[in-house]
Amino acid sequence: MTLLPHGLGQRLAAIVGDRYTRLRPGELAVYGQDGLPAEPSPPGAVVLPGSREEVIAVVKLLHEAGVPWVARGAGTGLSGGAVASSDSVIIGLTRLTRILDLSVGSRRAVVEPGVVNARLSAYTIPHGLVYAPDPSSQTACTLGGNVAENAGGPHCLKYGVTTNHILALEVVLPDGSVVQLGSPSGDAWGPDLVGLFVGSEGMFGIATRITLRLVPVPEAVRTYLADFGSVRAASESVSAIVATGVIPAALEMMDQACVRAVEASIYAAGYPIDAAAVLIVELDGSREGVAADSDVVAPLLAAHGARQLRVADDPAERARLWQGRKKAFGAMGRIAPDLAVQDAVVPRSVLPDVLDRITVVGERHDLVVSNVFHAGDGNLHPNISFDRRDLRRTAQVHAALSEIMEACVAQGGSITGEHGVGADKRDYMPLVFNAASLDAMCRVRRVWDPLERANPGKVLPVNACREWRAGGVE
Amino acid sequence: MSEPVLARLRALLGDAGVAAGIDGTPRAMPESTEDVAEVMQLAHAEGWKVRVEGQATWLGPDAPAQLALSTRALNRVISVSPEDLVATAQAGAPLDVLRRHLGEAGMWLPIDPPGRPERTLGSVLATATAGPLRLGFGFIRDQVVGLTVVTGDGQVVSAGGRVVKNVAGYDLAKLEIGGFGGFGIITEVNLRLRAVPRADLTMVASGSRDDLSAAARDIHDAGIGCAALELVSPTLAAESEWMLAARVTGTDGAVEADARRIAAVAARDWTALSSEKSAALWALIARGPVGPPVTLRLGVLPEGVDEMLDAVTRDLDEGLISAGPAGGGLRWSGEIDAERLRTMRRMLAAREIPLTLERGPWELRRDVGHFGAYREGVGALVSKLREVFDPGQQLSVALEAETA
Repeated sequence: MTLLPHGLGQRLAAIVGDRYTRLRPGELAVYGQDGLPAEPSPPGAVVLPGSREEVIAVVKLLHEAGVPWVARGAGTGLSGGAVASSDSVIIGLTRLTRILDLSVGSRRAVVEPGVVNARLSAYTIPHGLVYAPDPSSQTACTLGGNVAENAGGPHCLKYGVTTNHILALEVVLPDGSVVQLGSPSGDAWGPDLVGLFVGSEGMFGIATRITLRLVPVPEAVRTYLADFGSVRAASESVSAIVATGVIPAALEMMDQACVRAVEASIYAAGYPIDAAAVLIVELDGSREGVAADSDVVAPLLAAHGARQLRVADDPAERARLWQGRKKAFGAMGRIAPDLAVQDAVVPRSVLPDVLDRITVVGERHDLVVSNVFHAGDGNLHPNISFDRRDLRRTAQVHAALSEIMEACVAQGGSITGEHGVGADKRDYMPLVFNAASLDAMCRVRRVWDPLERANPGKVLPVNACREWRAGGVE
Repeated sequence: MSEPVLARLRALLGDAGVAAGIDGTPRAMPESTEDVAEVMQLAHAEGWKVRVEGQATWLGPDAPAQLALSTRALNRVISVSPEDLVATAQAGAPLDVLRRHLGEAGMWLPIDPPGRPERTLGSVLATATAGPLRLGFGFIRDQVVGLTVVTGDGQVVSAGGRVVKNVAGYDLAKLEIGGFGGFGIITEVNLRLRAVPRADLTMVASGSRDDLSAAARDIHDAGIGCAALELVSPTLAAESEWMLAARVTGTDGAVEADARRIAAVAARDWTALSSEKSAALWALIARGPVGPPVTLRLGVLPEGVDEMLDAVTRDLDEGLISAGPAGGGLRWSGEIDAERLRTMRRMLAAREIPLTLERGPWELRRDVGHFGAYREGVGALVSKLREVFDPGQQLSVALEAETA
């Protein structure tokens, strides 16, 4: 049933209790995937520690037993990063859900890794503070997972991604020892190992305590929804806005295929279905500041051909404008059983060209590609609905995704803006990094995890480590 | 160093790329990442110690080395893309040159690190130093989207990319920023830009230190998003009293509104400065620290700033100090020896406050390290990371853990 050493399950259960140890195939199947549609790969066991002490004990046990492991939060990741093979153990962190400290004056909180992203903000908002990074999965995803993936979200344009908000970490290293990295001030007793750890996709250890930065709840928020006759016009309005120095809290765009999918679903938000692009612009700040910024932004939208401009100031109305965007993936999910969500970044100025190219790729493979993207930072998510059981279509989808990725990289972009490399994009890494850089990453990983037991097989292509380099051959 | 080796350096870099340094140390002045890689491959093969020099306005060229690698010729601003809000510059580019290039394109890099205007970009990155704008725009780590380094054995390693959002691979750039040169030589940097704000207003108030500190916190607690809110000692501000300088940026209407709110929240005798005067003030605050020999950075939280100001003025002196009562952080510049610095570090460690030696003569850096003692388990990680990026220990840096 499993490739784990005999008796390991009992020893794990001795630490966390039977109730929190999963060994049966039916239970393990639940952990066979994350948010990435892929062939299921159930782990050999799942263990759900209830405290940092139990995490340490579990990691020590696995270290001594020589068993690889994968740390996992809510399993909402989109790159296959939180999936393990049958010779490995998943360490689920969803029971570590305590918010340990909130310091309103210094705008900092200390949390355990299993705290759900949106729950932290729900807890801090009454104190006038909010945790800014807001991935679309924020009602489910955990902060530990956000740290591992360096998660983003629509509001990262103004406020930055996860790494800009993490100040200190307590980390259990793969040998079970514990290190304290960083300090609440953001300075450290040494190099920035917090920054190095964030985004390491679970391959350096497990963050058991996370000190993060909060920002004030803005006094006023105004959301504009504009629709355009072409993606190019919408993109140009984005450039014009950014060039004024106004940094909107969010700048989100959806193309026509995406708008149609949304409007055909239960999430219909009243977007005009003949629009080539729908743009959401959100401004926040002081009341006067938002008013002043609006005086700059609204005329620019109109000048660049916005056909219709809707505006919302109160939360309910703003939520209506956002609904289609936030539920875009859900809306596309109803079209077919599987949804491939690509994540790529291009320099913002080439967005229209890249979107044209994506359309061509889709047509060649007889696929409908819908696009939803963070227009402010050039992070795009081409989506393709498909049925995994149709092997021919699946092959076409993979070919199209790969061509889209190459097109983005050719334009000076990156293979992932916020979803991570995981298992899904490992083979794209050589598109953006030379051999020496991959080798350096491989060696950095071994500094933290010399035996390569934490989340093996992710991020780095198989031949990334140049073992022969030590011998002087170049 | 033998003449054949100098000849090899000249073969790599041309006659103009190699010079005799002031203290007799030969100096290589590569113009590209590839040149740096070739020099370091040679240094690695020959087992030389190498020190990296920028404009020598922040850290003096005093680390022991058999070869000085100057970034003076590695000074180009390669590209500025206002459309993408990204610029690429070589590490030796002086900040004032970079600023001019960006300004011509309507772009702005929101950093105001201590040091002279011609301080190099690479030097700012290596020390991860930040000025008053850290309150509104974060640290230099938040403005870098990618960089290239050459390792001690001459490998070219890149991290991040040229787009503003990117999570491909481990974030090696974070290790380089604030690594004090121990993890390779930064050669090229991709920066995230902002448009020059339409309005940029600085207003100042003077008075007693504690009153101004409280005023800063009131402004912050009222949720007014200042770009900077810095408390400056009389000596540093060249005034008779402590000064609180508030800077707000944005659209005209928003800045006017913020200025009104600041005056309402903290009822003091505020003076709004003209753009020339505010530029002069911020330049003065930046330049001050390079007067005395040593600059220290205290990673103190906002609520601890007053206590640390007391401690620093009591145990060191009330010389050149700037601090962030709203966002935290304190910088002190003056004269201090190793023993007093160690005592200070012990006192701060008990309060969980890191003390970083940002600047000082080599003997002091060598004796107490930039960071002092590492926390349990961290020193081992740092040493092993050093091995990855500098396997032959070519780079002359002060990152050894102090065990005393």
